Amino acid sequence: MMKEIVVLSGKGGTGKTSIVACFASLAKSKVLADCDVDAADLHLLLKPRIKEDKEFWSGRVASIDEGKCTECGLCQELCRFGAIKDFRVDPISCEGCGFCYHICPVDAIAMKDSMSGHSFISETKYGYLCHARLGIAQENSGKLVALVRQNAKLIAERRNLDYIITDGPPGIGCPVISSLSGANLALLVTEPTLSGIHDLERVIGVCRHFGVPVLVCVNKYDLNEDNTDRIERYCSEEGIEVAARISFDNVMTQAIVEGLPVVEYTNGKVTQQIKELWQIVSTRLEK
Amino acid sequence: MIISVASGKGGTGKTLVATSLALSLKDNHKVQLLDCDVEEPNANILLRLPIKQSQPVYIPIPRVQEAKCTYCGKCAEVCAYNAIAVIKQKVLVFPELCHGCGGCSYLCPESAITEEGRGVGIVERGSSGNLELIQGKLNVGEAMAPPVIREVKRYTNPANIVIIDVPPGTSCPVIEAVKGSDFCLLVTEPTPFGLNDLSLAVEVVSELDIPCGVIINRVGVGSKEVEQYCCRERIPILLTIPLDREIAALYSRGIPLIEGMPRWREEFLRLFQDIKGMVPASRLAK
Ligand code: SF4
Ligand code: SF4
Ligand code: SF4
Ligand code: SF4
Repeated sequence: MMKEIVVLSGKGGTGKTSIVACFASLAKSKVLADCDVDAADLHLLLKPRIKEDKEFWSGRVASIDEGKCTECGLCQELCRFGAIKDFRVDPISCEGCGFCYHICPVDAIAMKDSMSGHSFISETKYGYLCHARLGIAQENSGKLVALVRQNAKLIAERRNLDYIITDGPPGIGCPVISSLSGANLALLVTEPTLSGIHDLERVIGVCRHFGVPVLVCVNKYDLNEDNTDRIERYCSEEGIEVAARISFDNVMTQAIVEGLPVVEYTNGKVTQQIKELWQIVSTRLEK
Repeated sequence: MIISVASGKGGTGKTLVATSLALSLKDNHKVQLLDCDVEEPNANILLRLPIKQSQPVYIPIPRVQEAKCTYCGKCAEVCAYNAIAVIKQKVLVFPELCHGCGGCSYLCPESAITEEGRGVGIVERGSSGNLELIQGKLNVGEAMAPPVIREVKRYTNPANIVIIDVPPGTSCPVIEAVKGSDFCLLVTEPTPFGLNDLSLAVEVVSELDIPCGVIINRVGVGSKEVEQYCCRERIPILLTIPLDREIAALYSRGIPLIEGMPRWREEFLRLFQDIKGMVPASRLAK
Protein backbone atom coordinates (compact mmCIF):
# COMPACT_ATOMS: atom_id res chain seq x y z
CA MET A 1 0.00 0.00 0.00
CA MET A 2 1.47 3.34 -1.07
CA LYS A 3 1.82 5.93 1.72
CA GLU A 4 2.14 9.66 1.42
CA ILE A 5 4.04 11.78 3.92
CA VAL A 6 4.20 15.55 3.72
CA VAL A 7 6.88 17.52 5.55
CA LEU A 8 5.72 20.94 6.73
CA SER A 9 7.02 23.62 9.02
CA GLY A 10 4.56 26.46 9.34
CA LYS A 11 7.44 28.88 9.41
CA GLY A 12 9.94 28.46 6.59
CA GLY A 13 13.65 27.90 7.01
CA THR A 14 13.46 25.27 9.74
CA GLY A 15 15.36 22.66 7.76
CA LYS A 16 12.38 21.01 6.12
CA THR A 17 13.98 20.64 2.70
CA SER A 18 17.24 19.30 4.17
CA ILE A 19 15.27 16.61 5.97
CA VAL A 20 13.27 15.69 2.88
CA ALA A 21 16.53 15.31 0.95
CA CYS A 22 17.79 12.93 3.66
CA PHE A 23 14.61 10.89 3.43
CA ALA A 24 15.17 10.75 -0.33
CA SER A 25 18.53 9.18 0.38
CA LEU A 26 17.28 6.85 3.15
CA ALA A 27 13.95 5.56 1.81
CA LYS A 28 14.08 2.68 -0.65
CA SER A 29 11.03 2.67 -2.83
CA LYS A 30 9.64 6.17 -3.24
CA VAL A 31 8.81 9.13 -5.41
CA LEU A 32 9.58 12.68 -4.29
CA ALA A 33 7.33 15.69 -4.66
CA ASP A 34 8.32 19.31 -4.11
CA CYS A 35 5.13 21.18 -3.33
CA ASP A 36 6.84 24.43 -2.39
CA VAL A 37 5.99 25.63 -5.87
CA ASP A 38 6.76 29.29 -5.44
CA ALA A 39 10.21 28.90 -3.93
CA ALA A 40 11.28 25.34 -4.65
CA ASP A 41 14.69 24.32 -3.34
CA LEU A 42 14.69 20.53 -3.22
CA HIS A 43 16.05 20.28 -6.76
CA LEU A 44 19.23 22.02 -5.59
CA LEU A 45 20.04 18.94 -3.52
CA LEU A 46 18.57 16.21 -5.70
CA LYS A 47 19.96 17.49 -9.05
CA PRO A 48 17.14 16.34 -11.28
CA ARG A 49 17.33 15.64 -15.01
CA ILE A 50 14.04 16.96 -16.34
CA LYS A 51 12.16 14.34 -18.39
CA GLU A 52 8.88 16.12 -18.82
CA ASP A 53 8.18 19.84 -18.76
CA LYS A 54 4.56 20.91 -19.10
CA GLU A 55 3.10 24.38 -19.20
CA PHE A 56 0.58 25.03 -16.46
CA TRP A 57 -2.34 27.06 -17.71
CA SER A 58 -4.69 28.14 -15.03
CA GLY A 59 -6.76 31.13 -14.27
CA ARG A 60 -7.71 34.02 -16.45
CA VAL A 61 -6.98 37.69 -16.68
CA ALA A 62 -9.29 40.40 -17.99
CA SER A 63 -8.20 42.62 -20.83
CA ILE A 64 -9.94 45.70 -22.24
CA ASP A 65 -10.13 46.42 -25.94
CA GLU A 66 -9.41 50.15 -26.11
CA GLY A 67 -11.03 50.41 -29.50
CA LYS A 68 -14.37 49.22 -28.16
CA CYS A 69 -14.36 50.74 -24.68
CA THR A 70 -16.62 53.79 -24.29
CA GLU A 71 -15.06 54.67 -20.94
CA CYS A 72 -18.38 54.35 -19.14
CA GLY A 73 -16.51 53.39 -15.98
CA LEU A 74 -18.83 50.59 -14.87
CA CYS A 75 -16.13 47.90 -14.72
CA GLN A 76 -13.90 50.14 -12.66
CA GLU A 77 -16.67 50.80 -10.20
CA LEU A 78 -17.65 47.15 -9.81
CA CYS A 79 -14.27 45.39 -9.70
CA ARG A 80 -13.74 44.56 -6.05
CA PHE A 81 -10.04 43.98 -6.41
CA GLY A 82 -9.10 47.48 -7.59
CA ALA A 83 -7.66 45.91 -10.73
CA ILE A 84 -9.01 48.43 -13.25
CA LYS A 85 -7.67 51.97 -13.37
CA ASP A 86 -7.96 54.45 -16.23
CA PHE A 87 -9.75 51.81 -18.29
CA ARG A 88 -6.82 49.44 -18.12
CA VAL A 89 -6.55 46.15 -16.27
CA ASP A 90 -3.60 45.62 -14.00
CA PRO A 91 -2.93 41.92 -14.64
CA ILE A 92 -1.16 41.54 -11.30
CA SER A 93 -4.16 42.70 -9.29
CA CYS A 94 -6.78 40.98 -11.44
CA GLU A 95 -8.20 37.88 -9.74
CA GLY A 96 -9.82 36.67 -12.93
CA CYS A 97 -13.33 36.66 -11.49
CA GLY A 98 -14.85 37.73 -14.81
CA PHE A 99 -17.34 40.15 -13.25
CA CYS A 100 -16.21 43.00 -15.54
CA TYR A 101 -16.45 40.76 -18.59
CA HIS A 102 -20.08 39.98 -17.83
CA ILE A 103 -21.20 43.54 -17.21
CA CYS A 104 -19.41 45.60 -19.86
CA PRO A 105 -22.28 47.07 -21.92
CA VAL A 106 -20.27 47.07 -25.16
CA ASP A 107 -18.44 43.75 -24.79
CA ALA A 108 -15.07 45.43 -24.69
CA ILE A 109 -13.60 43.03 -22.15
CA ALA A 110 -12.14 39.61 -22.90
CA MET A 111 -10.96 37.00 -20.41
CA LYS A 112 -7.65 35.54 -21.51
CA ASP A 113 -6.10 32.32 -20.27
CA SER A 114 -2.86 32.86 -18.47
CA MET A 115 0.15 30.60 -18.31
CA SER A 116 1.00 30.51 -14.66
CA GLY A 117 3.92 28.14 -14.45
CA HIS A 118 5.50 24.83 -15.35
CA SER A 119 5.26 21.36 -13.90
CA PHE A 120 8.13 18.92 -14.21
CA ILE A 121 8.76 15.21 -13.86
CA SER A 122 12.42 14.43 -13.39
CA GLU A 123 14.78 11.60 -12.69
CA THR A 124 17.29 11.86 -9.87
CA LYS A 125 19.70 9.36 -8.45
CA TYR A 126 17.13 8.84 -5.70
CA GLY A 127 14.25 8.10 -8.03
CA TYR A 128 11.58 10.26 -9.60
CA LEU A 129 10.96 13.84 -8.52
CA CYS A 130 7.78 15.73 -9.35
CA HIS A 131 8.18 19.47 -9.04
CA ALA A 132 6.99 22.75 -10.48
CA ARG A 133 7.66 26.41 -10.85
CA LEU A 134 4.92 28.94 -10.34
CA GLY A 135 5.37 32.02 -12.53
CA ILE A 136 6.25 35.22 -10.74
CA ALA A 137 3.24 36.99 -9.25
CA GLN A 138 0.87 34.18 -10.20
CA GLU A 139 -2.16 32.86 -8.43
CA ASN A 140 -3.43 29.31 -8.21
CA SER A 141 -0.46 27.87 -6.37
CA GLY A 142 -2.96 25.47 -4.77
CA LYS A 143 -3.89 24.02 -8.15
CA LEU A 144 -0.26 23.62 -9.16
CA VAL A 145 0.44 21.82 -5.89
CA ALA A 146 -2.49 19.50 -6.59
CA LEU A 147 -1.01 18.77 -10.03
CA VAL A 148 2.42 17.93 -8.56
CA ARG A 149 0.81 15.54 -6.10
CA GLN A 150 -1.24 13.93 -8.81
CA ASN A 151 1.88 13.38 -10.92
CA ALA A 152 3.62 11.78 -7.96
CA LYS A 153 0.66 9.56 -7.22
CA LEU A 154 0.52 8.28 -10.80
CA ILE A 155 4.21 7.41 -10.75
CA ALA A 156 3.91 5.69 -7.38
CA GLU A 157 0.96 3.64 -8.55
CA ARG A 158 2.42 2.71 -11.91
CA ARG A 159 5.73 1.63 -10.41
CA ASN A 160 4.31 0.15 -7.28
CA LEU A 161 6.34 2.36 -4.97
CA ASP A 162 5.95 2.42 -1.20
CA TYR A 163 6.20 6.12 -0.45
CA ILE A 164 5.43 9.57 -1.71
CA ILE A 165 7.66 11.98 0.19
CA THR A 166 6.56 15.59 -0.14
CA ASP A 167 8.38 18.80 0.68
CA GLY A 168 5.51 21.08 1.63
CA PRO A 169 5.17 24.85 1.33
CA PRO A 170 5.51 27.29 4.25
CA GLY A 171 2.50 28.88 5.96
CA ILE A 172 -1.00 27.51 6.52
CA GLY A 173 -2.87 28.86 3.48
CA CYS A 174 -3.95 27.62 0.10
CA PRO A 175 -0.85 25.70 -1.09
CA VAL A 176 -0.41 24.05 2.34
CA ILE A 177 -4.01 22.90 2.41
CA SER A 178 -3.61 21.60 -1.10
CA SER A 179 -0.45 19.64 -0.24
CA LEU A 180 -1.92 18.21 2.93
CA SER A 181 -5.44 16.99 2.32
CA GLY A 182 -5.64 13.22 2.17
CA ALA A 183 -1.97 12.59 3.08
CA ASN A 184 -1.23 9.69 5.47
CA LEU A 185 1.08 11.63 7.75
CA ALA A 186 2.43 15.13 8.25
CA LEU A 187 5.88 15.57 9.73
CA LEU A 188 6.17 19.05 11.21
CA VAL A 189 9.69 20.40 11.47
CA THR A 190 9.99 23.17 14.02
CA GLU A 191 12.61 25.19 15.87
CA PRO A 192 12.75 25.97 19.57
CA THR A 193 12.04 29.67 19.04
CA LEU A 194 8.96 31.48 20.27
CA SER A 195 7.92 32.09 16.68
CA GLY A 196 8.55 28.46 15.82
CA ILE A 197 6.25 27.35 18.64
CA HIS A 198 3.54 29.79 17.60
CA ASP A 199 3.73 28.64 13.99
CA LEU A 200 3.75 24.98 15.01
CA GLU A 201 0.50 25.42 16.91
CA ARG A 202 -1.13 26.93 13.85
CA VAL A 203 0.07 24.25 11.46
CA ILE A 204 -1.07 21.52 13.89
CA GLY A 205 -4.46 23.23 13.76
CA VAL A 206 -4.54 22.96 9.98
CA CYS A 207 -3.56 19.25 10.06
CA ARG A 208 -6.32 18.57 12.56
CA HIS A 209 -8.79 20.51 10.48
CA PHE A 210 -8.06 18.22 7.55
CA GLY A 211 -7.76 15.08 9.65
CA VAL A 212 -4.10 14.32 8.89
CA PRO A 213 -2.08 12.59 11.66
CA VAL A 214 0.98 14.49 12.88
CA LEU A 215 4.54 13.82 14.03
CA VAL A 216 6.83 16.59 15.24
CA CYS A 217 10.57 17.01 14.90
CA VAL A 218 12.49 19.76 16.72
CA ASN A 219 15.43 20.95 14.67
CA LYS A 220 18.30 22.89 16.33
CA TYR A 221 16.84 21.69 19.62
CA ASP A 222 19.89 22.77 21.66
CA LEU A 223 19.53 26.39 20.52
CA ASN A 224 17.10 26.83 23.39
CA GLU A 225 16.43 23.71 25.44
CA ASP A 226 13.79 25.42 27.58
CA ASN A 227 11.76 26.04 24.45
CA THR A 228 12.38 22.50 23.25
CA ASP A 229 10.98 21.22 26.54
CA ARG A 230 8.01 23.52 26.09
CA ILE A 231 7.34 22.08 22.65
CA GLU A 232 7.55 18.54 24.02
CA ARG A 233 5.19 19.38 26.88
CA TYR A 234 2.75 21.02 24.53
CA CYS A 235 2.87 18.05 22.16
CA SER A 236 2.38 15.50 24.90
CA GLU A 237 -0.64 17.44 26.18
CA GLU A 238 -2.02 17.39 22.67
CA GLY A 239 -1.27 13.69 22.26
CA ILE A 240 1.32 14.29 19.55
CA GLU A 241 4.57 12.35 19.33
CA VAL A 242 7.85 14.25 19.11
CA ALA A 243 9.79 11.87 16.90
CA ALA A 244 13.21 13.50 17.01
CA ARG A 245 15.44 16.20 18.34
CA ILE A 246 18.08 17.30 15.86
CA SER A 247 21.17 19.21 17.01
CA PHE A 248 22.12 22.70 15.92
CA ASP A 249 25.09 22.01 13.69
CA ASN A 250 26.67 23.94 10.85
CA VAL A 251 26.97 20.71 8.85
CA MET A 252 23.34 21.30 7.81
CA THR A 253 24.39 24.50 6.03
CA GLN A 254 27.65 23.02 4.75
CA ALA A 255 25.78 20.12 3.17
CA ILE A 256 23.48 22.57 1.37
CA VAL A 257 26.52 24.44 0.06
CA GLU A 258 27.94 21.12 -1.19
CA GLY A 259 24.57 20.27 -2.71
CA LEU A 260 24.18 17.02 -0.77
CA PRO A 261 21.69 15.55 1.68
CA VAL A 262 23.38 15.89 5.07
CA VAL A 263 23.28 12.12 5.65
CA GLU A 264 25.59 11.74 2.67
CA TYR A 265 27.82 14.62 3.69
CA THR A 266 28.80 13.45 7.17
CA ASN A 267 28.42 10.54 9.52
CA GLY A 268 28.11 12.67 12.64
CA LYS A 269 25.43 13.15 15.23
CA VAL A 270 22.95 14.94 12.99
CA THR A 271 23.07 12.11 10.49
CA GLN A 272 22.32 9.55 13.22
CA GLN A 273 19.43 11.64 14.48
CA ILE A 274 17.90 11.95 11.02
CA LYS A 275 18.32 8.22 10.38
CA GLU A 276 16.46 7.46 13.58
CA LEU A 277 13.78 9.95 12.59
CA TRP A 278 13.26 8.17 9.28
CA GLN A 279 12.98 4.85 11.17
CA ILE A 280 10.20 6.26 13.31
CA VAL A 281 8.45 7.88 10.37
CA SER A 282 8.54 4.74 8.23
CA THR A 283 7.38 2.52 11.09
CA ARG A 284 4.54 4.90 11.75
CA LEU A 285 3.58 4.79 8.06
CA GLU A 286 3.45 0.99 8.14
CA LYS A 287 0.65 1.08 10.66
CA MET B 1 7.75 56.09 3.28
CA ILE B 2 6.79 52.43 2.92
CA ILE B 3 9.53 49.82 3.28
CA SER B 4 8.66 46.18 2.84
CA VAL B 5 10.84 43.39 4.18
CA ALA B 6 10.61 40.24 2.10
CA SER B 7 12.45 37.03 1.31
CA GLY B 8 11.71 34.34 -1.23
CA LYS B 9 12.34 31.72 1.42
CA GLY B 10 10.96 31.69 4.92
CA GLY B 11 13.04 31.71 8.06
CA THR B 12 15.80 33.95 6.77
CA GLY B 13 15.37 36.60 9.44
CA LYS B 14 12.77 38.86 7.84
CA THR B 15 10.93 39.42 11.11
CA LEU B 16 14.19 40.00 12.98
CA VAL B 17 15.03 42.77 10.49
CA ALA B 18 11.54 44.29 10.40
CA THR B 19 11.26 44.53 14.18
CA SER B 20 14.78 45.84 14.75
CA LEU B 21 14.34 48.47 12.06
CA ALA B 22 11.03 49.57 13.57
CA LEU B 23 12.43 49.71 17.10
CA SER B 24 15.53 51.65 16.11
CA LEU B 25 13.47 54.29 14.31
CA LYS B 26 10.70 54.77 16.82
CA ASP B 27 12.57 57.27 19.01
CA ASN B 28 12.64 59.87 16.28
CA HIS B 29 9.81 58.93 13.94
CA LYS B 30 6.27 57.73 13.92
CA VAL B 31 6.53 54.10 12.84
CA GLN B 32 3.89 51.59 11.76
CA LEU B 33 4.78 47.95 11.52
CA LEU B 34 2.36 45.99 9.35
CA ASP B 35 2.64 42.25 9.84
CA CYS B 36 1.31 40.97 6.54
CA ASP B 37 2.66 37.45 7.08
CA VAL B 38 -0.90 36.59 8.04
CA GLU B 39 -0.42 32.83 7.84
CA GLU B 40 2.27 32.96 10.50
CA PRO B 41 2.39 36.45 12.05
CA ASN B 42 5.41 36.65 14.35
CA ALA B 43 6.37 40.31 14.71
CA ASN B 44 4.49 40.82 17.94
CA ILE B 45 6.19 37.85 19.54
CA LEU B 46 9.23 40.14 19.53
CA LEU B 47 7.52 43.51 20.01
CA ARG B 48 5.06 42.39 22.70
CA LEU B 49 2.74 45.35 22.24
CA PRO B 50 -0.61 45.13 23.99
CA ILE B 51 -3.37 44.51 21.45
CA LYS B 52 -6.06 47.14 21.92
CA GLN B 53 -8.29 46.60 18.97
CA SER B 54 -9.33 43.52 17.09
CA GLN B 55 -11.53 43.38 14.03
CA PRO B 56 -12.71 40.38 12.03
CA VAL B 57 -12.07 40.26 8.28
CA TYR B 58 -15.01 39.21 6.18
CA ILE B 59 -15.39 38.04 2.61
CA PRO B 60 -18.86 38.83 1.23
CA ILE B 61 -20.42 35.56 0.10
CA PRO B 62 -23.76 35.05 -1.59
CA ARG B 63 -26.93 34.08 0.21
CA VAL B 64 -29.79 32.97 -2.01
CA GLN B 65 -33.39 33.75 -1.16
CA GLU B 66 -35.03 30.61 -2.41
CA ALA B 67 -38.43 32.31 -2.60
CA LYS B 68 -37.24 34.64 -5.34
CA CYS B 69 -34.95 32.22 -7.16
CA THR B 70 -36.14 30.68 -10.44
CA TYR B 71 -33.13 28.33 -10.72
CA CYS B 72 -32.16 29.96 -13.98
CA GLY B 73 -28.49 29.05 -13.48
CA LYS B 74 -27.06 32.50 -14.24
CA CYS B 75 -25.13 32.71 -10.96
CA ALA B 76 -23.37 29.40 -11.56
CA GLU B 77 -22.54 30.43 -15.10
CA VAL B 78 -20.83 33.67 -14.08
CA CYS B 79 -18.86 32.34 -11.12
CA ALA B 80 -15.26 31.79 -12.19
CA TYR B 81 -14.46 29.63 -9.16
CA ASN B 82 -17.34 27.12 -9.16
CA ALA B 83 -18.35 28.51 -5.80
CA ILE B 84 -22.05 28.44 -6.60
CA ALA B 85 -23.96 25.64 -8.32
CA VAL B 86 -27.57 25.21 -9.37
CA ILE B 87 -28.85 21.65 -9.19
CA LYS B 88 -32.48 21.14 -10.14
CA GLN B 89 -34.43 23.05 -7.51
CA LYS B 90 -31.52 24.01 -5.34
CA VAL B 91 -28.70 26.54 -5.30
CA LEU B 92 -25.57 25.42 -3.47
CA VAL B 93 -22.91 27.84 -2.25
CA PHE B 94 -19.38 26.62 -1.43
CA PRO B 95 -18.09 29.34 0.87
CA GLU B 96 -14.42 28.22 0.88
CA LEU B 97 -14.25 28.63 -2.91
CA CYS B 98 -15.92 32.05 -3.04
CA HIS B 99 -13.63 35.03 -3.64
CA GLY B 100 -16.40 37.50 -2.86
CA CYS B 101 -16.26 39.14 -6.28
CA GLY B 102 -19.92 40.14 -6.14
CA GLY B 103 -20.65 38.92 -9.68
CA CYS B 104 -23.48 36.52 -8.87
CA SER B 105 -25.50 38.90 -6.71
CA TYR B 106 -25.21 41.73 -9.23
CA LEU B 107 -26.10 39.56 -12.20
CA CYS B 108 -28.94 37.50 -10.76
CA PRO B 109 -31.94 38.48 -12.88
CA GLU B 110 -34.34 38.00 -9.97
CA SER B 111 -32.27 39.91 -7.41
CA ALA B 112 -32.48 36.76 -5.35
CA ILE B 113 -28.93 37.01 -4.00
CA THR B 114 -27.85 39.11 -1.07
CA GLU B 115 -24.43 38.98 0.54
CA GLU B 116 -23.32 38.05 4.01
CA GLY B 117 -19.89 38.25 5.57
CA ARG B 118 -17.84 35.13 6.17
CA GLY B 119 -15.02 35.60 8.67
CA VAL B 120 -11.64 34.50 7.30
CA GLY B 121 -9.29 36.19 9.73
CA ILE B 122 -8.74 39.12 12.05
CA VAL B 123 -6.78 42.35 12.10
CA GLU B 124 -5.33 43.44 15.43
CA ARG B 125 -3.84 46.79 16.43
CA GLY B 126 -1.67 47.82 19.29
CA SER B 127 0.73 50.64 19.99
CA SER B 128 3.24 52.04 22.38
CA GLY B 129 4.56 55.59 22.02
CA ASN B 130 5.54 56.23 18.43
CA LEU B 131 5.27 52.60 17.38
CA GLU B 132 2.07 51.12 16.07
CA LEU B 133 1.60 47.48 15.14
CA ILE B 134 -1.09 46.21 12.81
CA GLN B 135 -1.15 42.47 12.36
CA GLY B 136 -3.35 40.17 10.34
CA LYS B 137 -4.14 36.57 11.24
CA LEU B 138 -5.64 34.15 8.79
CA ASN B 139 -8.04 31.75 10.48
CA VAL B 140 -6.68 28.20 10.70
CA GLY B 141 -8.13 26.12 7.87
CA GLU B 142 -8.72 29.11 5.58
CA ALA B 143 -6.96 29.20 2.23
CA MET B 144 -7.05 32.81 1.08
CA ALA B 145 -4.59 35.19 2.69
CA PRO B 146 -4.93 38.21 0.34
CA PRO B 147 -8.21 39.58 1.79
CA VAL B 148 -6.63 39.66 5.27
CA ILE B 149 -3.49 41.32 3.90
CA ARG B 150 -5.61 43.95 2.14
CA GLU B 151 -7.33 44.75 5.43
CA VAL B 152 -4.02 45.17 7.25
CA LYS B 153 -2.76 47.49 4.54
CA ARG B 154 -5.81 49.73 4.78
CA TYR B 155 -4.23 51.17 7.94
CA THR B 156 -1.15 52.38 6.05
CA ASN B 157 -0.41 56.03 6.67
CA PRO B 158 2.37 57.05 4.28
CA ALA B 159 3.17 60.10 6.44
CA ASN B 160 4.70 57.61 8.88
CA ILE B 161 7.53 55.23 8.30
CA VAL B 162 5.68 52.08 7.39
CA ILE B 163 7.48 48.75 7.63
CA ILE B 164 5.79 45.72 6.12
CA ASP B 165 6.65 42.18 7.15
CA VAL B 166 5.92 40.23 3.95
CA PRO B 167 4.99 36.52 3.76
CA PRO B 168 7.55 34.16 2.17
CA GLY B 169 7.29 33.04 -1.46
CA THR B 170 6.52 34.77 -4.74
CA SER B 171 2.79 34.26 -5.30
CA CYS B 172 -0.35 36.30 -4.68
CA PRO B 173 0.02 36.97 -0.91
CA VAL B 174 3.53 38.34 -1.49
CA ILE B 175 2.38 40.64 -4.28
CA GLU B 176 -0.53 41.86 -2.19
CA ALA B 177 1.84 42.70 0.68
CA VAL B 178 4.67 44.28 -1.32
CA LYS B 179 2.79 46.33 -3.87
CA GLY B 180 2.75 50.04 -3.21
CA SER B 181 6.05 49.97 -1.29
CA ASP B 182 8.69 52.61 -1.94
CA PHE B 183 11.51 50.20 -1.22
CA CYS B 184 11.88 46.50 -0.60
CA LEU B 185 14.52 44.92 1.62
CA LEU B 186 15.27 41.33 0.64
CA VAL B 187 16.62 39.18 3.44
CA THR B 188 18.56 36.09 2.44
CA GLU B 189 21.20 33.57 3.53
CA PRO B 190 24.57 32.80 1.93
CA THR B 191 23.57 29.34 0.68
CA PRO B 192 22.37 27.92 -2.65
CA PHE B 193 18.82 27.91 -1.19
CA GLY B 194 19.17 31.55 -0.22
CA LEU B 195 20.49 32.46 -3.65
CA ASN B 196 17.75 30.60 -5.50
CA ASP B 197 15.01 32.20 -3.42
CA LEU B 198 16.62 35.65 -3.56
CA SER B 199 16.72 35.59 -7.33
CA LEU B 200 12.99 34.79 -7.38
CA ALA B 201 12.27 37.62 -4.95
CA VAL B 202 14.28 40.00 -7.13
CA GLU B 203 12.06 39.02 -10.07
CA VAL B 204 8.99 39.87 -8.01
CA VAL B 205 10.19 43.35 -7.07
CA SER B 206 11.32 44.13 -10.59
CA GLU B 207 7.93 43.00 -11.90
CA LEU B 208 6.40 45.52 -9.49
CA ASP B 209 9.05 48.12 -10.30
CA ILE B 210 10.16 48.65 -6.71
CA PRO B 211 13.79 49.48 -5.86
CA CYS B 212 15.45 46.89 -3.61
CA GLY B 213 18.49 46.12 -1.53
CA VAL B 214 19.74 42.94 0.11
CA ILE B 215 20.46 41.92 3.68
CA ILE B 216 22.51 38.76 4.08
CA ASN B 217 21.84 36.98 7.35
CA ARG B 218 23.89 34.20 9.00
CA VAL B 219 27.10 35.07 7.23
CA GLY B 220 29.93 32.72 8.19
CA VAL B 221 29.31 29.17 7.12
CA GLY B 222 28.11 29.25 3.55
CA SER B 223 29.27 30.42 0.17
CA LYS B 224 30.04 33.66 -1.66
CA GLU B 225 27.47 33.07 -4.38
CA VAL B 226 24.91 35.51 -3.01
CA GLU B 227 27.44 38.35 -2.94
CA GLN B 228 28.57 37.54 -6.47
CA TYR B 229 24.98 37.52 -7.66
CA CYS B 230 24.25 40.91 -6.07
CA CYS B 231 27.39 42.35 -7.60
CA ARG B 232 26.49 41.02 -11.05
CA GLU B 233 22.91 42.26 -10.84
CA ARG B 234 24.01 45.58 -9.30
CA ILE B 235 21.84 45.12 -6.23
CA PRO B 236 23.31 46.81 -3.16
CA ILE B 237 24.06 44.70 -0.09
CA LEU B 238 22.91 47.02 2.69
CA LEU B 239 23.67 44.93 5.75
CA THR B 240 25.22 41.64 6.72
CA ILE B 241 24.43 39.85 9.97
CA PRO B 242 26.82 37.12 11.10
CA LEU B 243 25.92 33.55 11.96
CA ASP B 244 26.11 33.96 15.69
CA ARG B 245 24.68 31.68 18.32
CA GLU B 246 23.96 34.63 20.57
CA ILE B 247 21.79 36.30 17.92
CA ALA B 248 19.94 33.04 17.28
CA ALA B 249 19.44 32.49 20.99
CA LEU B 250 18.02 36.00 21.47
CA TYR B 251 15.59 35.40 18.65
CA SER B 252 14.57 32.06 20.11
CA ARG B 253 13.58 33.84 23.32
CA GLY B 254 11.67 36.48 21.43
CA ILE B 255 14.10 39.30 22.17
CA PRO B 256 14.60 41.83 19.37
CA LEU B 257 18.19 42.05 18.17
CA ILE B 258 18.61 45.74 18.97
CA GLU B 259 17.39 45.20 22.52
CA GLY B 260 19.58 42.20 23.22
CA MET B 261 22.60 43.70 21.48
CA PRO B 262 22.10 47.50 21.47
CA ARG B 263 25.16 48.13 19.33
CA TRP B 264 23.06 47.00 16.35
CA ARG B 265 20.89 50.10 16.67
CA GLU B 266 23.51 52.18 14.84
CA GLU B 267 23.58 49.65 12.02
CA PHE B 268 19.83 49.83 11.56
CA LEU B 269 19.82 53.62 11.66
CA ARG B 270 22.50 53.64 8.99
CA LEU B 271 20.46 51.11 7.00
CA PHE B 272 17.52 53.48 7.09
CA GLN B 273 19.65 56.40 5.89
CA ASP B 274 20.92 54.25 3.02
CA ILE B 275 17.38 53.31 2.07
CA LYS B 276 16.31 56.94 2.15
CA GLY B 277 19.13 57.79 -0.19
CA MET B 278 17.99 55.12 -2.63
CA VAL B 279 14.31 56.02 -2.86
CA PRO B 280 13.84 58.63 -5.56
CA ALA B 281 11.94 61.71 -4.33
CA SER B 282 9.54 61.34 -7.25
CA ARG B 283 8.40 58.02 -5.78
CA LEU B 284 7.58 59.46 -2.41
CA ALA B 285 5.62 62.34 -3.93
CA LYS B 286 3.18 59.89 -5.48
S1 SF4 C 1 -17.43 48.60 -18.69
FE1 SF4 C 1 -16.67 48.28 -20.75
S2 SF4 C 1 -17.06 50.18 -21.81
FE2 SF4 C 1 -17.29 50.60 -19.63
S3 SF4 C 1 -15.27 51.34 -19.03
FE3 SF4 C 1 -15.27 49.16 -18.65
S4 SF4 C 1 -14.45 48.28 -20.55
FE4 SF4 C 1 -15.01 50.35 -21.00
S1 SF4 D 1 -11.79 39.89 -13.90
FE1 SF4 D 1 -12.53 40.49 -11.86
S2 SF4 D 1 -10.65 41.10 -10.80
FE2 SF4 D 1 -10.14 41.06 -12.97
S3 SF4 D 1 -10.48 43.13 -13.61
FE3 SF4 D 1 -12.37 42.04 -14.02
S4 SF4 D 1 -13.62 42.41 -12.20
FE4 SF4 D 1 -11.54 42.94 -11.68
S1 SF4 E 1 -29.04 33.66 -10.82
FE1 SF4 E 1 -30.51 34.15 -9.23
S2 SF4 E 1 -32.40 33.29 -9.95
FE2 SF4 E 1 -30.81 32.37 -11.18
S3 SF4 E 1 -30.31 30.47 -10.12
FE3 SF4 E 1 -28.93 32.00 -9.34
S4 SF4 E 1 -29.92 32.82 -7.55
FE4 SF4 E 1 -31.47 31.72 -8.68
S1 SF4 F 1 -19.29 36.27 -5.20
FE1 SF4 F 1 -18.12 35.77 -7.03
S2 SF4 F 1 -16.84 34.08 -6.37
FE2 SF4 F 1 -18.46 34.24 -4.86
S3 SF4 F 1 -20.01 32.83 -5.58
FE3 SF4 F 1 -20.53 34.86 -6.38
S4 SF4 F 1 -19.60 34.85 -8.41
FE4 SF4 F 1 -18.66 33.19 -7.30
